[in-house]
Amino acid sequence: MTSAPAAAGTGALARYEAVIGIEIHCQLKTASKMFCACDTQIEGAEPNSHCCPVCLGLPGTLPTINKSAVEWVIATGFAIDGEVATTTRWDRKNYFYPDIPKGYQISQYQLPLVANGKLTFDTSEGPFTVRVRRAHLEEDTGRLIHEDRDGRRVSLARRSLIDFDRSGMPLMEIVTEPDIRTAEQARRYAEELRLLMRTIGASDAEMENGQMRVEANVSIRPIGREAFGTRVEVKNMNSMRAVERAIAFEIERQAELIDGGGAVHMETRGWDDPSQSTYHMRPKEEENDYRYFPEPDLPPLTTTPEWLAAIKARLPELPAVRRTRYQTEFGLSGYDASVLVNDLASTALFEGALAAGEGVPAKLLANWVTGEYMRLVKGEESGGSADPVQLAALVKLVADGAISGTNAKEVFAEHFATGRVVAAIVEARGFRQISDAGALGTAVDEVLAANPAAVADYRAGKGAAVGFLVGQVMKATRGQANAAMVQTALRERLAKTE
Amino acid sequence: MADPTRLRAHEMAALLRSGEISSRALTEAHLSAAERQNHALNAWLVIYRENALAQADAADKRIAEARRAGTAALNALHPLCGIPIALKDLVSVKGGQATAGSKILKGYIAPFDSTVAARLKDAGAVILGKTNMDEFAMGSSTEHSAYGPTANPWDLTRVPGGSSGGSAAAVASFHTPLAIGTDTGGSIRQPASMCGVVGIKPTYGRVSRYGIVAFASSLDQIGPFARDARDAATLLHAVAGRDDRDATSAPEPVPTELLGLATSDDEAAAYLKGKRIALPKEYFVEGMEPGVAARIREAVGAMEQAGARVEEVSLPHTDYGLATYYIIAPAEASSNLARFDGVRYGYNDRSSGEFIADYIKTRGAGFGPEVKRRIMLGTYALSAGYYDAYYLKAQKVRTLIKADFDAVWAAGFDAICAPTSPTVAFSLGARTEDPVAMYLSDACTLPINMAGLPGMSIPAGLSDGLPVGLQIIGAPWSELSMLRLARAYEGITARAPWRDLEPAELQLTDDPTTPSPIERKERQKSGASAPGAGGHS
Ligand SMILES: [Zn+2]
Repeated sequence: MTSAPAAAGTGALARYEAVIGIEIHCQLKTASKMFCACDTQIEGAEPNSHCCPVCLGLPGTLPTINKSAVEWVIATGFAIDGEVATTTRWDRKNYFYPDIPKGYQISQYQLPLVANGKLTFDTSEGPFTVRVRRAHLEEDTGRLIHEDRDGRRVSLARRSLIDFDRSGMPLMEIVTEPDIRTAEQARRYAEELRLLMRTIGASDAEMENGQMRVEANVSIRPIGREAFGTRVEVKNMNSMRAVERAIAFEIERQAELIDGGGAVHMETRGWDDPSQSTYHMRPKEEENDYRYFPEPDLPPLTTTPEWLAAIKARLPELPAVRRTRYQTEFGLSGYDASVLVNDLASTALFEGALAAGEGVPAKLLANWVTGEYMRLVKGEESGGSADPVQLAALVKLVADGAISGTNAKEVFAEHFATGRVVAAIVEARGFRQISDAGALGTAVDEVLAANPAAVADYRAGKGAAVGFLVGQVMKATRGQANAAMVQTALRERLAKTE
Repeated sequence: MADPTRLRAHEMAALLRSGEISSRALTEAHLSAAERQNHALNAWLVIYRENALAQADAADKRIAEARRAGTAALNALHPLCGIPIALKDLVSVKGGQATAGSKILKGYIAPFDSTVAARLKDAGAVILGKTNMDEFAMGSSTEHSAYGPTANPWDLTRVPGGSSGGSAAAVASFHTPLAIGTDTGGSIRQPASMCGVVGIKPTYGRVSRYGIVAFASSLDQIGPFARDARDAATLLHAVAGRDDRDATSAPEPVPTELLGLATSDDEAAAYLKGKRIALPKEYFVEGMEPGVAARIREAVGAMEQAGARVEEVSLPHTDYGLATYYIIAPAEASSNLARFDGVRYGYNDRSSGEFIADYIKTRGAGFGPEVKRRIMLGTYALSAGYYDAYYLKAQKVRTLIKADFDAVWAAGFDAICAPTSPTVAFSLGARTEDPVAMYLSDACTLPINMAGLPGMSIPAGLSDGLPVGLQIIGAPWSELSMLRLARAYEGITARAPWRDLEPAELQLTDDPTTPSPIERKERQKSGASAPGAGGHS
């Protein structure tokens, strides 16, 4: 095995161009499985507790279409600006494996629900667009669990167990054109697609539990050459970071091979996170002959214009549109808009707080979400949450000068951790700022009377003496005075008595 | 009372309602006939004596309650309540076997009811047992069963036809008034013809396929066997209709008139007046036995005399039916049968410890030669590089075959009449070594499956002492008119001398020394001529 390359995509990409296509499987968010009535809540369930004669492939059983799965694929089609088929059908993909109970997988071959879409996203080198070749619907397989003779789970099995809970779960497969050139673009594509899935609600797209599976076809060619190199399929990337690293590794590995006079072989390789490298899984000498043919148990499906229009009308605001709107409507920077939009919880908090409080300045609110909120979410004390109504109230206090910025952060941290309402925290901590001119005036007068030396210094031209006097007022008010107002009042009085 | 097994189902229903017989007595009479005679016939793979009697008792209770509730309740009873029935052994019944005639499904117990079984149970029908069949319904003689061949009660040295040969033989032998079969290329009509009973293949989509072990999904249909048109219509009505569990089942309403076919022969015969019947010249194929052709022409002639207008028509693509059928059906079968891998149920051989090797061993030993032949045919036809030339082309030809029939309906014909099978029942073993000769048995029936049309076979007399079936083919969803025509034909032939003949060798099956079909087959293999029970004309 080749050693891990030093840095992602630095060396090889000076001499070679990588050609990358991505296939993503997303588990669709439906109540029941693709072709039967089984519940899809299988996470953490006993093996084989969520199956029935249909998803076990018992003799005589027949599939029936889950309409909501079809609708999610169509919705995705609209979201990636693709063409949605007017007539679609299902095909059988025939192969033998113990985890496919029928000996074939019901998929879509010739007439996918969606074709010719595209997805645009930001990268460190600017916006990038990937063409999506197709998106189609299929059913998931069961899961093989390999055990040794003591019942421990291992890869070299003494015996294999099969869990059919996942069998028949609805999957959408989304295949790109080979447009991607860098590991970063690949990662960003996958991230943007995941965001899109979550935004429209088609899938939770959690990579950790297999709701989203990313596979990459990677090949390299000398810069300037048109012909594709031999491609290698990379699997088992179970995080976005792994996607980027695995592809970067693979590019370097292939470059080293070719540079050393070797050749890249058609194969499937897996990403191994601990060693940060890919390993050979199986050769891919030739394409399997899946003997596709139209599924005779399911009639072709016609998508009526009315149905499509209804699905389209249900689509929420898409991330790209939202990013632009945040910039034009609220004057956010491109970066801030992206940070807000790329995280669905942040978007929801922002939108919720905007809706909750009239007159909450959007830009200040955005800073609070991208700053304090995201810091707390990522921090060690995560597990807390922010209520949009409370955040709106807090930001309004800050904007009105009713609380200092420092104190506001403390209030927010407590709200995030305990859920207490902002007003109560401010009250309990005595954080309400004195912005009343009369009350402040009294305090200022007292400080001036008590510090004649500082007053004299100021009058002698030592402007820094104001700072000392402000500090004294703050001390006298236990920090609750509005510092800006204190300073103004001091300068006014000092100027008057001159 | 005379032997109740000789009654038609509608006669049994009347006696059940009048209280002259109980379902238990009826069931007991059929069970004991089946148990006594199955040795010589091998029509049944399993007989559910206890379950059947329990179902009969439940039906008797329902009937008694209805009788107490009054005439309206009695009339509201399902016509099949308390009536015995047999199911081909590929119809799933919860808790029972469904071998599909194959070793590979030995030991499998269905954990759910097929829609057909559920509807029959709801109706109160009494399921007597499961009948023999060609393995996975692939065959025309029931000789391709892993559980031995079935004999024809008209001549025990002959086949009952297939693949639903067990169901046909059981109805012909008075073991049951009704049976369910499946028809992919003729598997109901051809054995009905050879056993002298009525059999219907409904329009594709008429009866739910849910829970029926699949052979070729786009061709399979489930249908009834009975001893007359009225009973067949009643059973069809009971199982037909849209089922949400089968996406290919049609929302087409099932006419209730199926339950009201004419009772009097004259009234039934009147239906023929002015009806236009097409006689396709291509169905009088080369190799057709003269006796069969003669019976069909006589039958059509009788209809003409009764007022029907008979015209010869051409179905020009008939010749391609067989070839295209043997692409499409095996292609679908090769995929449908992939699930039998020994991993989850049925027969398995896990001796190699490696799953691909285990698959090969399991499937190698679990499937019979005809099934393997078709899996290979189908796998080949679907292979990359051959798909367009075979499967896709066959589908196009299928459209042409359908168009042939459409032209007949467009010309205003009410039905097509043709022979069901080019020959009468052939001898056991006569065609097992020649697959193509066996395939030719279905030349007149399989185009109807290719076109998705309803078709039926009805007894039309004997040739050399063996039954000949008249095939009636209808336009899509025209089962009611098809059955009215069949009933009319029964009406005009009610007094024909062959009408109430019992199968010539049925009595021999009462003799425990009569060899079983399996013994006959073995003797045949060892070269000895089968003694006893031979004397057919
Ligand atoms: Zn299920």
